[in-house]
Parts: sequence; C-alpha cells; structure tokens
Amino acid sequence: MTTALVLQYVVAGLTYGTIYAVVGVGFNIVYSATGIINFAQGEFVMLGGMTAVTLAAYLPLPLAIALAVLVTMAAGALVEVAFIRWLHRPSVLRMVIITIGVSLVLREVALHLWGQQVRALPYFTGDEVSALEIGGARVSPQVLWSLGTCLLIVAALWLFFQRTALGRQMRACAQGREAAALCGVPTRNLVTLAFALSAGIGALAGCVVSPITYTSYGIGTGLAIKGFTVAVLGGLGNSFAAVGAGFLVGLLEALSVSLFPAAYKDVISVGLLLAILFLRPAGLFGSRERARLEAT
Amino acid sequence: MRARGLRLAGLAAAVVAVHLAAGWAGKPFYLTQLTMAGYYTLVAVGLSLLMGFAGQISLGHAAFFAIGGYTSAVLTTLDLTAWRGGWAGALLDRAGLLFAHPDATGATVVSVHPWAAAVLAVALAAAVAALIGVPALRLKGHYLAMATLGFGTMVIAVLVGTERLGAADGLSGVPPFPLWGEVVIGGARAGRVANYYVAWGLVVAAMWLLGNLVESRVGRALRAIHGAEDAAASMGIDVGRFKLATLVISAALAAVGGVGLTHLTAGIGPGEASVMKSVRYLAVVAVGGMGSLWGTLATSALLTFLSLRGTFGTFDDAVFAVILLSVMLFSPDGVLAFRPGGAVKALLGRLRPAPGTEGP
Repeated sequence: MTTALVLQYVVAGLTYGTIYAVVGVGFNIVYSATGIINFAQGEFVMLGGMTAVTLAAYLPLPLAIALAVLVTMAAGALVEVAFIRWLHRPSVLRMVIITIGVSLVLREVALHLWGQQVRALPYFTGDEVSALEIGGARVSPQVLWSLGTCLLIVAALWLFFQRTALGRQMRACAQGREAAALCGVPTRNLVTLAFALSAGIGALAGCVVSPITYTSYGIGTGLAIKGFTVAVLGGLGNSFAAVGAGFLVGLLEALSVSLFPAAYKDVISVGLLLAILFLRPAGLFGSRERARLEAT
Repeated sequence: MRARGLRLAGLAAAVVAVHLAAGWAGKPFYLTQLTMAGYYTLVAVGLSLLMGFAGQISLGHAAFFAIGGYTSAVLTTLDLTAWRGGWAGALLDRAGLLFAHPDATGATVVSVHPWAAAVLAVALAAAVAALIGVPALRLKGHYLAMATLGFGTMVIAVLVGTERLGAADGLSGVPPFPLWGEVVIGGARAGRVANYYVAWGLVVAAMWLLGNLVESRVGRALRAIHGAEDAAASMGIDVGRFKLATLVISAALAAVGGVGLTHLTAGIGPGEASVMKSVRYLAVVAVGGMGSLWGTLATSALLTFLSLRGTFGTFDDAVFAVILLSVMLFSPDGVLAFRPGGAVKALLGRLRPAPGTEGP
C-alpha cells in the first residue's frame, strides 16, 4: 500500500469517525443526565440530515441547516417529554425497549415522509470532484468541514459544561441527581435539555457529513450501534473520551476495507463492540459503571 | 398440571376450529398465512421464555431464525452429485443422508437430506447462541441489549455480503421437506391443510415442552433468578448456567421456525434476520406479557396473521413499533395487565377461579 492510499483510507476513516464521535458524545450526554441509553440516538442524525435536505430546497443552505438542527432539538425534547419524563422509576429493560420503540417510530415516520430515497445536501464548498492535495491524497473540502464542525461541537460543549451555569447544573445532575435537586437544580428540565442537546449535535453532524456519506431513513440503527461502541470504548459517561474513540473506530473500519471485502465493514465494527463489551467493558479510559454482572 | 393439559387440549381444539372456520368461511387460503404465523410463533414463544423467565432481552432473535433457515437452505440446495461416486458420498448415501430432488432447471441434483440439514441447522443456531451467550449473558441491561442488537446486524451484514448466501436476494429453490408418506413441508397447494397442521403441531409440541420446563425445577430456578438474582445465587442456583440454557433453547426453537418456514416458502432472504423482525418478536412478547407463554402465543398468532394478510398495508412495521411503544409505556406487563382503574383486571379476576383452586 502506498502512503497516498493509506492517507486516503485515513481521511475516509476520519470522516466516518466524525459522525461516530458525535453520536457517541450524544449517548454520553443523555446517559450522564439520566442513566438511560437512548437507542434513538442515531435517528437524530438521520432526522437532521433529512430535514436539512428538504429545507435546502427553499432556504439558503446555512439557514436550512440551522433550522434543521432546531427542529431536531425540538424532536429530541419532545421524545423526552412524551415518552420518558412521566414514567415512575422505570426499569432498565423498560427504558431500553421504549427508546427502541421511539427509534423505530421515528424511522417509520421518516420513511413515510421522505420515502426510501437516499439523499444528500450539496457540498458546502466546491462539488464532489473538487479536492485538495494533502500529502498525495485527494481530500474533499467537505472532509475539512466535517472535522472542523466536530471539533467546534466538542469545544462548544466543553465550554458549555465548564463555564455556564446551566452546564454546571447538568454536571451536578450527572454526579448526583437527588443532591442536585436538593440544591434547587431543576433536574427534570435538565434531562429534557440533555435530550435536545444530544439531538442537536447529532443533527448538525448529520448535515455536515451528508454530502459524503449520504442519508436515508434507515441509517439510524447502524449509527446507534457504532455510536454506542464508541461511547463504551471511551468509557460510558466519560463525555469527551468518545471523540477519540470515534476517530479510532472510523479509522479501523476504513482500514479494514483494505483487508476484508467492503460488505463486511459493519461486521468489523460490531465485532469490535462485542470484543470491547466482553473483554474491557469499562472502556479504554474507564467508566463509572460496570457493564458486567459480577458473581455470575 | 391438569390445567396445563386442558390448555394444550384447548390449543389443539382451537387449531382444528380455525381450520374448519376457514373452510366454512370459504377462505381456505387463510391457512397458508396461518401456517407461516405458526413458524413465527415458535420464535416468539422462545423469546418469551428468555425474557419472561430468564429476564434477558434479545434484540437479535431474528438472527437465530435466519441461521436455521439459511443453514437448511444451503445444505438442501448443495450440488453433491459429483461426490456421490466417491467413498464419502457412498457412505453418506448408505446412511440415508443424501437426497435427490429436481433443482430450478428441472435437472436432478443430490443434496443433504432435509432431516440431516434441519438437525445441523438447529444445532448450529444452538451452538452460536452458546458461543455468544457465555460472554453476552455476563452483561446486563442496555449492554446486553446492544450486544444482541449488534449480533443481529452482524448476521445481516454477513448474509448480505456473502455471494454464496445469495447476498441481498437470499436463497431460493429449497426442496420440500419430506416428513412421512405424502406429507411434506412445502408450498404445493395440495399440501395446504397438512402443512397447517404440521406447523401448529410443532407449536403445540413446543408449548408442551416449554410448559414442562417452566413447571420443573429449572422453571422454578428461572423464576427465582428473575425475581431476585442475588437471592437465587445465594440459594445455590447456578444463575449463569440456567440463563445460558434458556438462551440456547430459545435460539434452537427460533431455528426450528426458520427451517420450517424456509422449506414452506422454498427460500429465505436476509430480511428475515433484520432488526425490524427482531423487534416484531419483541413487540409480540411485550403485548402478550413477558413470561406469559400463552399470551405470547395468542398475540403472535393474531398479529402475525394480520401482518401476513397485509392488513396494515405500508404501515406494517410502524404498527408493530407503535404497539411495542404503547405497551411498554402504559402496560409493561402485557395488555392483560392493563388497568384503567383496575377494571380489566377486576373483570378477569371474576372470571378466574379463586387462587388456590387451580394451578398457574
């Protein structure tokens, strides 16, 4: 393999890694606030991308994307208010099944709204053939848009969690819900905010990568599995470790294509998930929770 | 014990009654969908055992169904004609493991006998379940759910990515399964009634076996595990082993369904392994009430039949998703446990004899 080819794979890996990273961070935001794994996380990426494609027909691109992110955030908040907020001490099993139900309902709604067609936003700068030469590899400007947006999202989230009152309240809520509530933190509303936030970043990432990866009604489940892989690899609840893990999984997947048939790409990443769960359930960077039962 | 015998007899009677009713109504073709519903019901009751008694979720049960179906399909459509002359072929032939049948072009091919293929198919599904079960059942809650979901998508990716397995088109040309005499599991219209009884005979047998299991020492152990795992373990119950055994049994049952349906429809496609299929089984179990084998049986037969009849049109998957979501939101113990003001339960309580006069 030439250096240029390796570089080409790396670029592809980073592009997919962007979306895995953002979905992984989304899992962590909701998980930290609630202890829930939201199986509908991947659906937000799909909703964001699809809504933006539709709006882009009527509005300038930046406006369409902004509006799509807002719409998806509203959808995320709605999911929490309608399906989660009013449940009294639901079991994990019940929450898992409910969020799976939500993900399938969202997917079916998308199917009936947009059909089975694969869609994409136009390239932000240039078109599908324009490319920058980097070390002999041809890199689409859209890849830079994706990476830049991902880093921006992470930086903005970090600032939000560290520097704003709301962000601090969310961290307090993650560390001890009852203690936070006793200090006057509106924990319920923060959970809604967590859903909206995770939906919003998913939607934004979904818009930015859609010119390269395309979007269709059915992409959510696959993204959820990979995003979860990334979140666990980084250590569940360990918010930003997911970013590094996301790029790692993207790279592994892209490089696997050079060794195995491309059709088995998903087998590689899912195999990785199972391997991590079975061998190192606390992730590479540690997690507060244990995936495994002890005595059994 | 007697109550269960009565229930099994009731099920058998209902199977016959549905057959007669379909005949009287002049809709004998309903039996075809009912036959298919029977095979899917095997998967659902197996999942009900796993979820209700071992308290384990599986989002990959369609994969076990597909492993059963695909193994059968591959083995019974293999062309072993060239092998037949050799010593290995002769040995297999003498053991009755070879099977001559016409292929799609009408030429005679020699393949593995459906009985042998079915045994291998079920054994393979059970082995895969045991293999993933050992590590997976050590996981809990959402980790287990995601691991089984991942397993399911892995199986689809392999099916769709492998040319030998027909890729996106799946396999076809699977020969009918000779049971005894003239009776075959196959798509011929003349065998419609026989096929209906074969499928539902399997369901009755499965209910009998699962009923035995649930009322045995194993069943009590499983219920203890579901109730309080730590307490069960401290009483000396080998929790891990019982959970694994339940997963293997439930996967084997799913594979039996897969084998049956594959021979009935002469083929199988990767759609049978899809996440949506797994979720349908989950929905059926949720509606029937987790751990209620009979509730699962009833809802599976009804919902699957309606779905196969095309009642839900393009909203087929959506209906199952909405049903699953609503049941888990409003009545997580199944629809029979739904009580707006306890009315339904009170009504059922009045119909049932007082506790103690009848076994569970």
